[in-house]
Amino acid sequence: MLAHSIFFFSFSLIAIISAIMVTVSKNTVHSVFFLILDFISISCLFIMIGAEFLGMIMLIVYVGAVAVLFLFVVMMLNVAQQKNQWFSGEFTSKHIPIGIIISSLIFFELLVVIGGWKFKPDLVNSMSLPINNISNTHSIGYVLYTDYIHVFQLSGMILLVAMIGAIVLTFRKRTGVKKQGYFRQISREREEGVEVVNVQTNKGVKIDD
Amino acid sequence: MFKPTKGSKLMIEIGLGHYLTLGAIIFTIGVVGIFLNRKNIIVILMSIELILLAVNINLVSFSIFINDLSGQIFTLFILTVAAAEAAIGLAIIVVYYRNSTSIEVEKIDSLKG
Repeated sequence: MLAHSIFFFSFSLIAIISAIMVTVSKNTVHSVFFLILDFISISCLFIMIGAEFLGMIMLIVYVGAVAVLFLFVVMMLNVAQQKNQWFSGEFTSKHIPIGIIISSLIFFELLVVIGGWKFKPDLVNSMSLPINNISNTHSIGYVLYTDYIHVFQLSGMILLVAMIGAIVLTFRKRTGVKKQGYFRQISREREEGVEVVNVQTNKGVKIDD
Repeated sequence: MFKPTKGSKLMIEIGLGHYLTLGAIIFTIGVVGIFLNRKNIIVILMSIELILLAVNINLVSFSIFINDLSGQIFTLFILTVAAAEAAIGLAIIVVYYRNSTSIEVEKIDSLKG
């Protein structure tokens, strides 16, 4: 139990510090790397608490796909312009105290909710999906493809729509690019390419006039 | 597999409240990042990812501690929606950058809001 608490505190400390560094670091590439560190430590927490499948999925989806996507976009746009400065520029703007007040209010509300929260005693008995003695991945697999199959397919549709939307948004027709027009190549007739010229002796023929 | 114990006496034992506090802290950091950032819109998208991560922490810890699998299933769906949202948001940022050559938040004001 002691090792568990040590691991929990170290991983959560890494997660909190890297989450702070995501928002305050000056370089956007650094904040993407801190985001990756944050995801990795949270997925270690998930694996430690017993949700191994979700921890691995977090690693694959967030670190392998989303963070790399962020990194691609940061590199593709102009990095020199994207300095992340909070307090530079005009100090007259009122957003900093308002933001701090509202976010600390949200934080203390959450703490009040957590501190005052208790199990209802009959809640545990009315569970719909108890965790059995089989492994985490097995139990998720038993439920995900039977009870939640419609929601599962709906999330697949969401991913499809997101893919189509991203392609449609960033697609553009380039001008000045030489392409092979195979339709036009196939449909060429003989009259377009070949010209029969009556050549006279000692005169020659002049093409390309 | 780790078996959580409810109602622990010692401070050293990690309960549900620890995980919920961690989720609350990360959620608040994400909200602060959205409020205070006036320069870079990509960092705002990353703060949204942090908020979704905090929600995932809450769902998974409740799911483990009250021994119900539904929370983990819904975490999967939240993960899906977060990935889709990141893809669409980054595509919109790329298109905006192509049209206006600047993605600073203070300069995106063509709607006069």
